[in-house]
Amino acid sequence: MNPFQYTRVTTPKAAVSALSQESGTYFLAGGTNLIDLIKREVVVPERLVDINKLPLATIEKTATGLRIGAMAKNSAVAEHELVKKHFPLLSMALNAGASAQLRNMATVGGNMMQRTRCPYFYDTSMPCNKRSPVQAGPDKGKPNGPSGCGAIDGYNRMHAIFGGSTKCIAVHPSDMCIALVALDATVNVSGPKGDRKIPFSDFHRLPGDTPQKDNTLLPGELIMSVDIPTNKFADNSHYLKVRDRASYAFALISVGVAVDMKRDVIQDIRLAMGGVAHKPWRLTEAEQFLRGKSATEANFKQAATIAMNGAKGYGENDFKLTLAPNSIIDALKTATKTA
Amino acid sequence: MNQHEHFGDELDSSDSSRRNFLKQSSALAALALTPAAANAAIHNGLDEKLAAAIEQLPLQVDINGTMQKLSIEPRVTLLDLLREQLHLTGTKKGCDHGQCGACTVHVDGQRVNSCLTLAMTTEGCKVTTIEGLGSVDQMHPMQEAFIKHDGFQCGYCTPGQIMSAVACIREGHANNPDEIREYMSGNICRCGAYANIVDAIMDVKQGGARV
Repeated sequence: MNPFQYTRVTTPKAAVSALSQESGTYFLAGGTNLIDLIKREVVVPERLVDINKLPLATIEKTATGLRIGAMAKNSAVAEHELVKKHFPLLSMALNAGASAQLRNMATVGGNMMQRTRCPYFYDTSMPCNKRSPVQAGPDKGKPNGPSGCGAIDGYNRMHAIFGGSTKCIAVHPSDMCIALVALDATVNVSGPKGDRKIPFSDFHRLPGDTPQKDNTLLPGELIMSVDIPTNKFADNSHYLKVRDRASYAFALISVGVAVDMKRDVIQDIRLAMGGVAHKPWRLTEAEQFLRGKSATEANFKQAATIAMNGAKGYGENDFKLTLAPNSIIDALKTATKTA
Repeated sequence: MNQHEHFGDELDSSDSSRRNFLKQSSALAALALTPAAANAAIHNGLDEKLAAAIEQLPLQVDINGTMQKLSIEPRVTLLDLLREQLHLTGTKKGCDHGQCGACTVHVDGQRVNSCLTLAMTTEGCKVTTIEGLGSVDQMHPMQEAFIKHDGFQCGYCTPGQIMSAVACIREGHANNPDEIREYMSGNICRCGAYANIVDAIMDVKQGGARV
């Protein structure tokens, strides 16, 4: 690893202040992704600000739902009684990710901040616009290896079928974030200019011309907590993850479903997909179609067709154009117990 | 407000240790080494030892019941601290990227990948390695079960497997073979001793021994 300076902070204020001081400074939480990126020299920090001692690991009931501290470990959230009982989709998604060891280390905030696992991003000898932006500069990141996108005409089996650009077709790798976007979560952040709330669906972004930016955080901002509103989805939730191994692999396709059912009629529904886009991919049009409809295979098929509108394959990932709708139908059947 | 006041009793690598070091060394003081200059020295391979001396930070951590007062570089991982500085070589370096689980240890009772854990983040924590779990004379029930069930071939992944297996039972995730396979998926065995590893864990779990 390249050498870096190390600062340990114990208050969010000191953390925000430390991050704002100089460029090349990164927050260090669980480190499961960042330390790996530093070892591979994809990220070359000047300074790490260790935020592990921040008092932000509380999981608590609020008047409107549940608040999860940004430093809560993935395993602690997945195993929490309130999460298992009221937000089982989140618990299922978390347990589908990584390994038991990594879930003990990884935090909620860190999970949201994790980078893509695109092999071109990870290999500094290969072209990548996310790692090495075309227009390098103070706000645009430092160049690190060649620019371009190796994936668009290269090895793209794991890559996006929605929302890609001519600069980047990487996917966001998180399982947890699929559940959080489906459950209408809100992200509470604190920064040099004060506190603000970001709807989870606006937290991550599509690559466009600036794939180096994964999210909409402003410089110096720290994730404090995530709020999930109360819902009626606990009895009919399912997270389906399709991957190359039975466990401990990133999703080829994942589907998060949360349904409020009355008899066989879908009163309300949330649908989101992972492994398909640069951000957790919410299927709002398919949700809209299914509201008020019966839980039948015919309706699920139509919803899946609607969800696949605008999907585009890049060669090696063309199989996702079939796997994705099939997974949507499968997950809907399981969640509505009509399988 | 200067940086020292700003961070209070928190820790900063550009803080007092560096200043004291500079004060003690007139030769170095003449170089007016800023952190950036020290980093540049390493990048340029000019004097790695010199830069390393400046970058040392204090760390107190309980390793297998012994409080260690150490001085380390911030970039040292817990795995490298254990193996290279404390000579606890039971914990193995496999992939060094959090993919194989050979480096699994317990930090405050939780199993983690020590290769992705910066040692500095374990300040004030209790770390348990395979050396702290049992000894040749007094083996841990899981170590005995791995021998009984032939839960290894080459043995390189075994310390990580055993640390993970103990945690798996403590977490309550060893109730059946399927659950064990799922919750042990972060430990890779290239020899393919998986079936026997599952048998060993089931045996300890069903035997009801205190783990």
